[in-house]
Amino acid sequence: MNIRYAWKRSLPVMAGYIVLGMGFGILLTSKGYSVVWVFLMSLLIYAGSMQYVAVDLLAGGASLISAALMTLMVNARHLFYGISMIDRYRGTGRKKPYLIFSLTDETYSLVCSGDVPAEIDQKKYFFWVSLLDQSYWVIGSTLGGLIGNMLTFNTAGIDFSMTALFIVVFIEQWKSTRNHASALIGVTVSLVCLLIFGGDNFLIPSMAAITAVLTLLRGRLEQKESGEKNNG
Amino acid sequence: MGDLHSGLLVAVIALVTLLLRALPFIIFGGKGKTPAFITYLSNVLPCAIMGMLIVYCLRGTELLKAPYGIPELIAGGTVVFLHLWKKNTLLSIAVGTILYMFLVQ
Repeated sequence: MNIRYAWKRSLPVMAGYIVLGMGFGILLTSKGYSVVWVFLMSLLIYAGSMQYVAVDLLAGGASLISAALMTLMVNARHLFYGISMIDRYRGTGRKKPYLIFSLTDETYSLVCSGDVPAEIDQKKYFFWVSLLDQSYWVIGSTLGGLIGNMLTFNTAGIDFSMTALFIVVFIEQWKSTRNHASALIGVTVSLVCLLIFGGDNFLIPSMAAITAVLTLLRGRLEQKESGEKNNG
Repeated sequence: MGDLHSGLLVAVIALVTLLLRALPFIIFGGKGKTPAFITYLSNVLPCAIMGMLIVYCLRGTELLKAPYGIPELIAGGTVVFLHLWKKNTLLSIAVGTILYMFLVQ
């Protein structure tokens, strides 16, 4: 029952990960790397956009230092996911190391609200969603490496599925909270940073600015929240 | 580039990624109680991050050149509208994505 429920919730990620994974597999094998590399990278790195960046790093023979710095910049947003899952992942026991390792953007979008029906074991849900998501990614990318060059179907624009997933999660969160300040802060601050710093460099300034604004407003936001609890 | 260097690159990328994912748990996830400030952040961050991720996904949209972000606007608007109306995650994502692919191809 837990697996079935996790599988249902993970279906949007399945579609996106199989297709984006295949894209990665096709790209890496086109640079002369075998499908074993594709499989191992999806198994051990397991970070969508970073693996696309890694194709260039590998093919161009980048230095280890520049690869480390690039990973820090591209994946710094994962720090945020960890911070918001510390309490929810408490008491997950032996599953915890895997839950932490496999906390991608998409998995985060499925676990961050922590909402599951009463009959579902939340910790098992976290685990199955994490494992299923990674298997979609590994299967998709390996398939891409094996048969990708046989496909002739035009996939341009298919990465919009991830945008659509995040929009849907955003709406769900919007409806389940009464105070929309943090959602609005997230969008506005990121847009301002995007305008100032440009598409390649705006994530880290955005994270810093979002944290700063949320910190400054802590008194007001916490007051509102406890007010909501008292009213509800 | 040799296999050894490629292997080292993969190892470095995997380790740095894992470190970023684990760092908050290493610092704040001990036996003790989570600091109140971190608990506060964990309550307000998810909504803010989802907003940031949407902006991140749409960062490459060209507003000043054709097609002026119109495909993103139409497909994104469709996802919002469908989801508020039907409340079906898969439907919203599938229709939005297919529409977007149609518009950009």
